[in-house]
Amino acid sequence: MLNSKIPSGPLKDKWANHKDHLKLVNPANKRKYNVIVVGTGLAGASAAASLSEMGYQVDTFCMQDSARRAHSISAQGGINAAKNYPNDGDSIYRLFYDTVKGGDFRSREANVYRLAEVSNQIIDQCVAQGVPFAREYSGYLDNRSFGGAQVSRTFYARGQTGQQLLLGAYSALMKEVGRGSVTLHTRTEILDIVVIDGVARGVITRNLISGEIASFAADAVVLATGGYSNVFYLSTNAKACNVTAAWRAHKRGAFFANPCYTQIHPTCIPVHGEYQSKLTLMSESLRNDGRVWVPKKEGDPRKAQDIPEEERDYYLERRYPSFGNLVPRDLASRNAKMQCDEGKGVGPTGQAVYLDFEEAIGRLGEDVIRARYGNLFDMYESITAENPYKQPMLIFPALHYTMGGLWVDYNLMSNLPGLFVLGEANFSDHGANRLGASALMQGLADGYFVLPYTIGDYLAGVPSGRTATDSDEFRQAEKEAEEKIETLLAIKGNKTVDDFHRELGKLCWEKCGMSRDEQGLKEALQKIPEIRDEFWKNVNVPGSGRDLNQSLERAGRVADFLEFAELMVNDALYRKESCGGHFREESKTEEGEALRDDKNFTHVAAWEFQGLNKEPQLHKEALEFETVQLTQRSYK
Amino acid sequence: MKTINLTLQIWRQKDANSTGQFESYPAKDIDTAMSFLEMLDVVNERLTKEGKEPVAFDHDCREGICGMCGAVVNGQPHGHIKATTLCQLHMRHFNDGETIVIEPWRSTAFPVTKDLIVDRTAFDRIISAGGFISAKTGSAPEASAISIQQDKAELSMDAASCIGCGACVASCPNASAMLFTSAKVSHLNLLPQGRVEAKDRVTNMVKQMDEEGFGNCSNEYLCEDACPKEISVVNIARMNKEFRTASRS
Ligand SMILES: Cc1cc2nc3c(=O)[nH]c(=O)nc-3n(C[C@H](O)[C@H](O)[C@H](O)COP(=O)(O)OP(=O)(O)OC[C@H]3O[C@@H](n4cnc5c(N)ncnc54)[C@H](O)[C@@H]3O)c2cc1C
Ligand code: FES
Repeated sequence: MLNSKIPSGPLKDKWANHKDHLKLVNPANKRKYNVIVVGTGLAGASAAASLSEMGYQVDTFCMQDSARRAHSISAQGGINAAKNYPNDGDSIYRLFYDTVKGGDFRSREANVYRLAEVSNQIIDQCVAQGVPFAREYSGYLDNRSFGGAQVSRTFYARGQTGQQLLLGAYSALMKEVGRGSVTLHTRTEILDIVVIDGVARGVITRNLISGEIASFAADAVVLATGGYSNVFYLSTNAKACNVTAAWRAHKRGAFFANPCYTQIHPTCIPVHGEYQSKLTLMSESLRNDGRVWVPKKEGDPRKAQDIPEEERDYYLERRYPSFGNLVPRDLASRNAKMQCDEGKGVGPTGQAVYLDFEEAIGRLGEDVIRARYGNLFDMYESITAENPYKQPMLIFPALHYTMGGLWVDYNLMSNLPGLFVLGEANFSDHGANRLGASALMQGLADGYFVLPYTIGDYLAGVPSGRTATDSDEFRQAEKEAEEKIETLLAIKGNKTVDDFHRELGKLCWEKCGMSRDEQGLKEALQKIPEIRDEFWKNVNVPGSGRDLNQSLERAGRVADFLEFAELMVNDALYRKESCGGHFREESKTEEGEALRDDKNFTHVAAWEFQGLNKEPQLHKEALEFETVQLTQRSYK
Repeated sequence: MKTINLTLQIWRQKDANSTGQFESYPAKDIDTAMSFLEMLDVVNERLTKEGKEPVAFDHDCREGICGMCGAVVNGQPHGHIKATTLCQLHMRHFNDGETIVIEPWRSTAFPVTKDLIVDRTAFDRIISAGGFISAKTGSAPEASAISIQQDKAELSMDAASCIGCGACVASCPNASAMLFTSAKVSHLNLLPQGRVEAKDRVTNMVKQMDEEGFGNCSNEYLCEDACPKEISVVNIARMNKEFRTASRS
């Protein structure tokens, strides 16, 4: 059993007590410690800025040309906090409870409670930084509702909340860069994590412009490298999102927890062609005013506007009267799939349902809808050439977020001392399903208000001073990275990197996507190593390793996805129950809802790497629920 | 499904130290539902299969928000459709048989890194010089203690929508970065939280902007026209005013 180091005492006091007893690093000594932060998304940028403000020396890395471009920038809808400004009965407890329930009782109570507790401070911090959240006429902050909650607790900045929050964290980071205590390495990719005697000591990097491979050592390494949705090739994530840093850490000994917990977002623009490079999300906030429906009749050929009211099935409102269109994402997605499987799907491919604003426009007027969602409507129109003010949107679920990630304890440290993992890259707070507007909250909680305290506890116990980068471990890891690049360039096969990525993605989507069963998962387990073998024999990576080479960058990431996919499928096969985003056909209620198996699966499955083509070793962390009662999740 | 055939004239340049040149590539059977970047993907896949080096171009979110993509298309940054990034430009806006000229942003302050990719780190240095409010983590007051007139907050948000893509610089005959810099100055200086550092902010950011080698504004307004987020030139006027006030005191 893994030790999550959850502090004892009543749930409400755990974090406060824990903070009171964490070891501290003396202010004068902080500058002697050097921390590497990989990633400049919400989690990484907020952590790097905060650590630097406290006095630590920070090196931070990202793949894009500017720290401001991390994938967090594209989050649309909002960020949750338990402020209760609308006076609708919200509280820290309710945010905690909704998140635990939303996660289908597969997250740690103590972590989630802490998240809810610091949520309010996040809003304070962001407002102070100048994040222009939406305001009411009174000048006070406005809130909207999101799925899985019956209160309005979501703060937003038009449809660009992630952008504004990230620009806030980025500006704090750039302020520290200007002060000289953060060194920023842009267009730099981490290719490996260096572990010496079981302790994380540094990273191996590739300069994406010159191709130069280098080593960086530090007293602690923080990974905030985001999620792995792109293992499915098509997802709502930015193109560069990858699993490389997390996977490399895993291969060096860090446990990977619940990789099968992936989230499929219900409202995305449907796939329209083979060339498609990514899927575009239409924010969940649209479900506040949009109504989801399909024709009652199978294969109904009529246009949406020609189908009379009584021949429409508003299936979410019908099946879940109390939450209606605002059920959590996993339910909304699975229901859309069920409708399409029954032949009621709409649009050219039959793989879509309607999201209709007619009623809301009638009630509120087009101007109000434009003010609320204008940029989303514009984006929809620019992609599909259809006007959503006039006809309903066509939407379909797509891969969006990954709840699984590197295992961390309550202090956000992995099982490898000195390796901390933040944001979407860790597994910690969302259980088997994440509620909308909670990822931004978690990323900033980790970076602004958790890590800055917990990292001191670790650093206070280790001597300061960088490890030399000329040790055997660094040399060896550099050599391996160089060799991998040379091998990739030398294959000169017949297929492109994207050919393989698409093939892998399609397989994962079909066998390990919205619903999973034993047979399909076993087929996938057979297929993945075959694709991987072919990749290493037949991929064509043009160009050289000594300059900017985007094919080579992608090849390295796809090579890691090809290994990681197997772990994800293994985990999905192991978890015989359905929970949240993980739906096993073998485990459902009579009404087709996910059926958990609390007796056998109320635990985190954390996997230890044993070598390629070898079964990973399972470590369990029991989930103990002291405050919340496990129930069959109901949104009826 | 409708497809079109195109000829692409693309700027190829090995690295910052090499000289570049245009090269011509056919783009056949392009589905008009594709985005511009998907069209480039298809061309690159074909080049790769022919054993040639694909065209390097920056991109990431492909949703018009990260500011990573951008190229001058037929003389216009991000192409001819208003308020659109290159990744959100769709091929239905082009005609069968057309020749499309694609080149990187051109500006001394944005040296070409490779093909269509340029170095925009000058923007980061401008932000580092003052594009922030110094609110250390942990020091913030309760959020509702600060109330902000809704229209002010909206103006600030308009300016804050800048994605830092650099199209403003690319469109300007003087390669001025005034729109970018003034958007950040406006976003922060319009807010009560931003007033404390307002003077230093505008002074330091303008100084850095000048040091990076960007040109001056001569009121061409091409930046506003090219801006995918429709950031207004009014921000430039606001910055000038803030700058004058700051240098007087
Ligand atoms: C379209 C969309 C909309 C969303 N909307 C919302 C929303 O409304 N509310 C909400 O709460 N959540 C939303 N989410 C989820 C949320 O945006 C993400 O979960 C969150 O931003 C992740 O932040 P992060 O800091 O963990 O990682 P990211 O923002 O993904 O940052 C990862 C960083 O790591 C770097 N990196 C990665 N790998 C490497 C490597 N090998 N070497 C070097 N650097 C590396 C990257 O360069 C980047 O800087 C949305 C997600 C999407 C896709
Ligand atoms: S790729 Fe992000 S704005 Fe175009």
